[in-house]
Amino acid sequence: MDHEKAREKEFQCIQEQPPECTAACPVHVDARGMIAAVAKNDFNAAFSIFNRTIPFPGIIGRICDHPCEHRCKRNEAGAAIRINALERASVEYGRGARKSLFLSRKDTKVAVIGSGLSGLTAAFDLSSKGYHVEIFEAGHLLGGRIREFDSQRLPEQVIDDDLFALEERTVVIHRNVAVTNGSGGGASCKELLSSFDAVYIGPGPHAVDHLNLDLDLTSDNRIRTAPVSFQTSMEKVFSGGSQRYHHQEYSPITSLLDGRLAAASIDRYLQKASLTARREQDGPLVTSLYTNTKGIESLQAVPMTIKAQGYSREEARSEARRCLNCQCLECVKVCEYLAHYGSYPKRYVREIYNNDSIIMGAHLANRMVNSCSLCGLCKEVCPTDLNMADVCLDARQSMVARGKMPPSVHDFAIRDMQFSMGPSFSLARHEPGCTSSSAVFYPGCQLSASLPRHVSRTYEHLRRVVKNGVGLMLGCCGAPARWAGQEDLFHRTLDAFMQEWQRLGGPRVITACSSCYRLFKDNLPGVPVESLWTVLDAAGLPPAVKGTGRRTMTIHDPCTARHENDIQRSIRRIADSLGVEIRELKDSYDMTPCCGYGGLMSFANPEVTDKVVKRRISESELDYLVYCAMCRDNFAKYGKRVQHILDLLFGSSSDTAAQKGPGWSQRRENRAMLKAGLLRELWGEETAMDGPGIKLIISPEIQAILERRMILEEDLQQVVRHAEKTGEKIKNLKTGRILARYRPVSVTYWVEYSIGDSGIVIHNAYSHRMEVFGEGQ
Amino acid sequence: MSEGQNTAESSLLCAKCNVEMKTGKVKASYLGSEFPIELVRCPVCGMVYVPEDLALGKMLQVEQALEDK
Repeated sequence: MDHEKAREKEFQCIQEQPPECTAACPVHVDARGMIAAVAKNDFNAAFSIFNRTIPFPGIIGRICDHPCEHRCKRNEAGAAIRINALERASVEYGRGARKSLFLSRKDTKVAVIGSGLSGLTAAFDLSSKGYHVEIFEAGHLLGGRIREFDSQRLPEQVIDDDLFALEERTVVIHRNVAVTNGSGGGASCKELLSSFDAVYIGPGPHAVDHLNLDLDLTSDNRIRTAPVSFQTSMEKVFSGGSQRYHHQEYSPITSLLDGRLAAASIDRYLQKASLTARREQDGPLVTSLYTNTKGIESLQAVPMTIKAQGYSREEARSEARRCLNCQCLECVKVCEYLAHYGSYPKRYVREIYNNDSIIMGAHLANRMVNSCSLCGLCKEVCPTDLNMADVCLDARQSMVARGKMPPSVHDFAIRDMQFSMGPSFSLARHEPGCTSSSAVFYPGCQLSASLPRHVSRTYEHLRRVVKNGVGLMLGCCGAPARWAGQEDLFHRTLDAFMQEWQRLGGPRVITACSSCYRLFKDNLPGVPVESLWTVLDAAGLPPAVKGTGRRTMTIHDPCTARHENDIQRSIRRIADSLGVEIRELKDSYDMTPCCGYGGLMSFANPEVTDKVVKRRISESELDYLVYCAMCRDNFAKYGKRVQHILDLLFGSSSDTAAQKGPGWSQRRENRAMLKAGLLRELWGEETAMDGPGIKLIISPEIQAILERRMILEEDLQQVVRHAEKTGEKIKNLKTGRILARYRPVSVTYWVEYSIGDSGIVIHNAYSHRMEVFGEGQ
Repeated sequence: MSEGQNTAESSLLCAKCNVEMKTGKVKASYLGSEFPIELVRCPVCGMVYVPEDLALGKMLQVEQALEDK
C-alpha cells in the first residue's frame, strides 16, 4: 500500500470528524468531551475543557446563543442536550486552573477599540500570544452589550470574575476614553494608528459614520471588512463583532468568534503571514461524522428545579447522561475483529501502513493484518464504504511479496489446500458414459471434507436433472492462497483449474461453496458459474426427501454470498419446500457476518475467532440452517445446533444438527475416500491407496490436543515410522514411554508413545518450528 | 531462551546409543537467527530433547517474535 492510498483510506474513515455540536459551535467547543466529564461528575475536567476554548466561561456559560443545540443528534431521539446549561454547570461546580499562557512579551502593540465580546476576545487572544494590548472603552464599564442582559441571568460579579483574566494578562484598559477623529477630546484615531502596530475595532451594531474613521464603509455605514480576514480598507485595522452582522440578532458566540478570528488575522499580519491561507476550519463547519440514532430510546431534557439557578449538580449529571456521545463506529459495532483491537479503521489503516513500511524492528500489526476475515461487512455498514478487507488483503500480499509474512500463520491451511490440489483429491471427469459435459459439478474442498456422502448424492441427483452430461471436478478454488496473500499460488491454482475445465470443453460450473463461486466469478470472467442452490431451486429437489414435518430454523448466510440475492432466495425456497419455516436473524443477507473461517482468521487469531463465532451463534436459540460447510463446522464446534441444507436434502434418521464436524485428519481422509469411492462406483476404477500404515491408538483427549495443535495423524505416523526405522528415539526410563521427533519440512513434530498390544499408543504430541542442533558439540 | 527441563535428565536414555542424556550446550536457529541454549542431549550422537513446555512456551514466543521482525 503506498502512502497516497493509505492516506486516502484513512480519510475515508469519518470517526475522527467532529460531532455536530462541535462543528456547529463557531469556536468548536468540545461539548461532547465536556458533557462526558459532567456525566462522570468531574466538573473540574468539564470546566477546563470548556475554558480551553472559551476565554470568558462564566459569561458564555450563561448567555451563549448555542447553535450547537440546534444540530444536536439527540433531537432525533427526544430533545437536544441542553449544552449551554451544562456549560454553565461546569463553570458553577467546576473550577481549576484557568487557561493561562505566559509567553515572552513582545514589543508589538495592539489597540482594541470597544470592549464588547469581540473586542474582549481579541484582547484576550492577542495578550495570550504575548502582544501588548490596550483596550479603549468609551464608557466606564467593559462588556458592551453583555451588560444589557438582566442581572439574574448574567450577574455583574460573573462578568467581573471573567474579565479579571484580562488584567492577569496585563492588558491595559482605558475606561471613559472615546476614540474620535481627535476634535472632541479622548483618544485620536490617528494617534492610535501611528502608535500601535495594529488596531481592532469592535464598535457594536450601530452606524459609525460619525466616527470619521477614514475607513471604507458599507452603504449602511458600517465598517467594510474582508471576509475571512476581517481586515478593513486599512491594512493594519481589523474589525468585527455585531458591527459586521448588525442585521442579525445579537449572537454572543458570533461576536466571540469575530474577535478570535480577527485576532488570528492580526497575529498573522504582524508576523507577515498570509491572512487567508488555511482558514477553511474557521467558524461553523459541516461535519461528516455519522451517528446512528436508530433504536435509541427517546428522552426529553432534564428539567431544572430552580430555573434561575440553572442545573443542580445532580440535574446536570442526569442531563449529561442523555448525551449520545456521538461516534460513528458502525463497523466496530458489527465486527468483533475491529472491536478487538480497541480502536477504529482510521487508526488501523495507519498502523497497518506503518507496519508495512518499517524496515527495522518488530512488525506489531502483523497479527492484526492476518486476523481479518476479509468478509467485507465493514463496507456494508460504513457510511463511506471503507472496506478493511481491501486494506488487510493488500497488506498480506505486500508482506508475502517482501518475505515478511510470518511463516507459521497460514502454513497449515496452505498445506491443506495443497493436499486438495494433489492426486489424493483432485479430479476432472465427464459424467460416466459421456464424452462431453454441458455442466460440471464443483463441490469444493471443504464440503467434500465435511459431508462427503452428501457430495456423492448431490452428484447423483445432478446427473438426473442436468441434461447432456454433468461432469465432476474435485479440487480447491485457491481461496486459502488468496486469503493468505499468496497471489502466485492463487493464480497457479486458478490456472490449474482452467486447464482441467478447458479439457472438459469449458462447461458451466456448478459450485456448492459460495467461496468458490465468488472467486471464480471475480477472477475467471470467461467461466460461466452457477450456484448449486439456484440449480436445485430451478431443476427440482431429489424425490426421495423425507418430510419431517414443519420445523422452525434460522438461516445464516455465508459472507461470500452476501451480495448473491438469487442464491439467498433459492436457499429460502428450498428450505421452505423441505418444511422449514425460516426466522431471519437480525443481520442476514448482505449484512451477514463471517462464521469465523473467512480470511483464515482462525489460524492467525483463535481468540478473535472465538468471539466471532460465539457472537453469531448466540443470536438465536433456534437451530441454524447454513449452506457453507465451514459455517456448519465452525458453529457445530462451539456446540451450536446447526445443519447444512444438504443435511435436510439427504436427511438421515440420526440428529445431524448435534454432530460436530470432522477433525483435520478426518477431513483429508474424507476427501481422499470421496474421490476413491466415486472412482470405484461411477467409473469402475480402483485407487491404489496408501497402506494402512502403523495402527495408532488415540484417545479422545489426545485427539482434542492434536486438533488444537493442528497435528495430523499422518504427522504422527511419520514420526513413529522414522523413529522405529532409524532407532532415533529417546526412552523415558521413569515412564517407559518413547519420545521421538521428525521434521518433514519446516515443522518438528514430537510424539510421546508406547507400543501396545494392538498398536502404537499415543500419549502426547506437540511441535515447534525452531531447529535445534546438538550434534558435534 | 530458558533452559530445558533438567528434572527429567537422569531418566532419559538415547535409545540409539544406549547412553544417558545430559544437559549440554546446543544451537537453536530460526529464520536466520541462531542462539546457544542448554538442553538435554545425547553426549554421543547429539540428539536433542525439546520438552513440551519449552516448545509451546518460550520457544514459541521466540519463534513468533522472530516472525514479526
